[in-house]
Amino acid sequence: MSWEMVMGLEVHLQLATQSKIFSGSATQFGAEPNCQADPVDLGMPGMLPVLNEEAVRHAVKFGLGIGATIGERSVFDRKNYFYPDLPKGYQVSQFFAPIVCEGVFEVPMADGSLLPIRITRAHLEEDAGKSVHDIFPRETGIDLNRAGTPLLEIVTEPDFRTAEQAVAYLKALHSLVTYLGISDGNMAEGSMRCDINISLRERGTDALGTRTEIKNVNSFRFVERAIHVECERQADILDDGGRITQETRLYDAEQNVTRSMRSKEVANDYRYFPEPDLLPIEIDAAYIEAVRATLPELPGAKRERFVSDYGLSEYDATLLIPNHAMASFFEAVVNHCHAAKPAANWILGDLLGALNRSDIAIEKSPISAQQLAGLINRIEDGTLSSKLAKQVFDAMWEGLGEADEIIESRELKQVSDTGALETMVAEVIAANPDQVAQYLAADEVKRKKLSGFFVGQIMKASQGQANPKLLNQLLLEKLAAQS
Amino acid sequence: MADSDVLNASVSDLQRMLSARAISSEELVKTCLGQIEAENDALNAVITLCGDQALSDAREADQVLSRGDGKPLTGIPLLHKDIFCTKGVRTTCGSHMLETFEPAYDATVVARLKAAGTVTLGKCNMDEFAMGSSNETSFFGAVKNPWDLDCVPGGSSGGSAAALAAGFAPLVTGTDTGGSIRQPASLCGITGLKPTYGRVSRLGIIAFASSLDQAGPMARSAEDCAHMLTAMSGIDAGDSTSADRAVPDFAAALNGKIEGLRIGIPREYFNDALNPKVRERIMAALSQLEKAGAQLIDIDLPHTHYAIATYYVIAPAEASANLARYDGVRFGHRCDDPIDLEDLYLRSRSEGFGEEVQRRILVGTYALSSGFYDAYFNKAQQVRRIIADDFHRAFETVDVIAGPSAPNVAFQCGTKQQDPVAMYMEDIYTLAVNLAGLPGLSTPAGLINGMPVGLQLIGKAFDEATILNTAHRLQQDTDWHTYRPNFGTFQS
Repeated sequence: MSWEMVMGLEVHLQLATQSKIFSGSATQFGAEPNCQADPVDLGMPGMLPVLNEEAVRHAVKFGLGIGATIGERSVFDRKNYFYPDLPKGYQVSQFFAPIVCEGVFEVPMADGSLLPIRITRAHLEEDAGKSVHDIFPRETGIDLNRAGTPLLEIVTEPDFRTAEQAVAYLKALHSLVTYLGISDGNMAEGSMRCDINISLRERGTDALGTRTEIKNVNSFRFVERAIHVECERQADILDDGGRITQETRLYDAEQNVTRSMRSKEVANDYRYFPEPDLLPIEIDAAYIEAVRATLPELPGAKRERFVSDYGLSEYDATLLIPNHAMASFFEAVVNHCHAAKPAANWILGDLLGALNRSDIAIEKSPISAQQLAGLINRIEDGTLSSKLAKQVFDAMWEGLGEADEIIESRELKQVSDTGALETMVAEVIAANPDQVAQYLAADEVKRKKLSGFFVGQIMKASQGQANPKLLNQLLLEKLAAQS
Repeated sequence: MADSDVLNASVSDLQRMLSARAISSEELVKTCLGQIEAENDALNAVITLCGDQALSDAREADQVLSRGDGKPLTGIPLLHKDIFCTKGVRTTCGSHMLETFEPAYDATVVARLKAAGTVTLGKCNMDEFAMGSSNETSFFGAVKNPWDLDCVPGGSSGGSAAALAAGFAPLVTGTDTGGSIRQPASLCGITGLKPTYGRVSRLGIIAFASSLDQAGPMARSAEDCAHMLTAMSGIDAGDSTSADRAVPDFAAALNGKIEGLRIGIPREYFNDALNPKVRERIMAALSQLEKAGAQLIDIDLPHTHYAIATYYVIAPAEASANLARYDGVRFGHRCDDPIDLEDLYLRSRSEGFGEEVQRRILVGTYALSSGFYDAYFNKAQQVRRIIADDFHRAFETVDVIAGPSAPNVAFQCGTKQQDPVAMYMEDIYTLAVNLAGLPGLSTPAGLINGMPVGLQLIGKAFDEATILNTAHRLQQDTDWHTYRPNFGTFQS
């Protein structure tokens, strides 16, 4: 049987606010356990939540970023369940009336096409704390630093048919939220966590099959793998005439399998009802327009502009865009050197390679945009050959200064002085009469090959500093003059 | 001056004496503490005393008073219902669950009354988590009514009402979710006001039903309540549901003028549930008001009879979530040697909560359950709006609505404990006011066989001033509010 995979994604995005969504505690990652939890976060008797306006603004930014409708009146609800790291015994979320309503998010695919994904909703909620099971023998530690961190849960329609689409969506989403500055998008620290709803159906049919939900997958690579193994698992069951159990599963990256969570946790009745401690969020047109005015240029618009204004290929633009810092770095380089194509090549080639090798983010690049532009300027004006440029790049990476300083101190200037080059050419011709004779006797095709010998000799003599273009031209003239 | 005079005096009189240095705050506090020490065993109204702190606060107040910097409440002793969090002072909410709980913070009400110069003597007994109408559900034992020690004081602010009636303090705080200030005020012969929802911050008040809970003053007169309400009220950045409304000086606004005041008399409040003798007292109080120039107008609040059912869905539903935090993990009672997580939850909560609290958690959980939500919680929310609309419509033609605070005088201890519905009927006239978020007060309206009756006055939203003024006028024209129980120091 040929199965078609149908998937919808739920992403929990941690919003980058200074303080928690309902208390004044800080939200920094990695603090000592329970140092960032005040009486509100601890669910102490008599404590009340106060909504952090910054979280609302971030959610509205997201809604505008995907062209979604913003809920004029969204309401917080209590989602009731007992768990030791859920201090109040309920999570404050939005169930009945979310802050962001329907929208469509256009996801750029590798082939340059745009895949429209329908966003069902995005709602604000508070994160729970963390249960730590592996520090105290036979006991569980509770760290409530994360409790109350603002989350935006972004839910899609079941619009995905392949793992590749799902990953492309997540990457585009990551790019969007970092552009908007509403999240650091740090998946390793849990800033972006993904739940995958996945079912199979016979290809060509419309009805949806029974789905499973894979919870809390926290890297692009794991998402891809989890989808593949779950799809295979379901296909095996269906091929054998079995039935899929609707359940929540966890992806085990080490074994590369998905496992069923305890059925008890699946059978929760959350008993949602409106949170009486908070007023509804009312958002008017003026507020929306004020937020809209603060929106930065978004990835889609930037991609188009890179192609039209800088003459970049779709391919280069697509590589530069997702990482906001890289796109900004590119624009800074171009500002200082006005050579867009070489700038893109240097960033995507040597710089990115070096950064990746050293595991450094482009924000912390040892070579600044201005420095890289300085290097490109010396290539563009003919001072450096591409070979010498690499030497200069390496020296800049080592922190040895600006391109001009390095060229000066290492005397790396390309020899473009016609007189000096003519002398070198004359010397090499005089020293190699046999080769000259061979050259003169050869046909056009062979001559091209033989001229390489002379170029090599001169480069050697000039320690690579001869301007290769000029040298070639002079050499051919001189050789021709020998006949 | 005799102790009994001090223990009977109004806040205004006490303030005059304090300002004139006829008495010091320290002496006043000592007198109150002495009264509590002497009489509390019989009443069980106070469950935590902070004597040393109170005396030291009183001495500080005396310094302020000596400088002539006293405010209306400077140096006045006060007791808090044990639902208000008090920094460093155990706050139990009448429950085994919080028997040893010491908050690290003061409730906004506590902080504001402190800032107004009051001196906290201690904490009052109450129905567990404010769930009860007789003060018999407290883990710390039932409270007795000083008018008759075989009778209940009402609830849930029964400890507060009994303490005030027994002269333990001139001011006490209460909270009212469905009648918990007005009904015990009625049963103990004192004045108690539930303000408009949002008038007083809920921050630091242990939650029962968040959309209904409201703190208010309980005192010997409308004027004393007015002083206290002024100090308690106002927006609080820490409570999103507190209202951004100007707070008038409620005491200064009392002029006793009620000529032309239109008082609505809802037919539904004089139904079969009402004890005929209580009805007589209420009618007598109303004719007093009529004599003072008010106009009595018959009105209808047609959906009144839905109030109990509506309330007993919404309040338990909210409570079921509010009380989920008592899980034995971070604070409060934790069972011994739990074998696993479920055992920890099950035993900590079963041991920590009393029967009535467990009943309401179960009812609330059921009302919110998948498949029942629309039939119960959602329907109750809709009916709540209809009940509120009844009041809005009535207030188009009247300024105040008046009726009984409770259907009966105080009943015998133990008589309604086994019949929750009979107990819930106690709040038949008060619940709707909470559902509509309106202000309501109870003021004494005389005695039946030596037991007090309360007249309830209901106002428009944020118009506490008018009901306080109406009660004030009644208290000028009658002496019902000056009746004291034949108890302890007051024994004749």
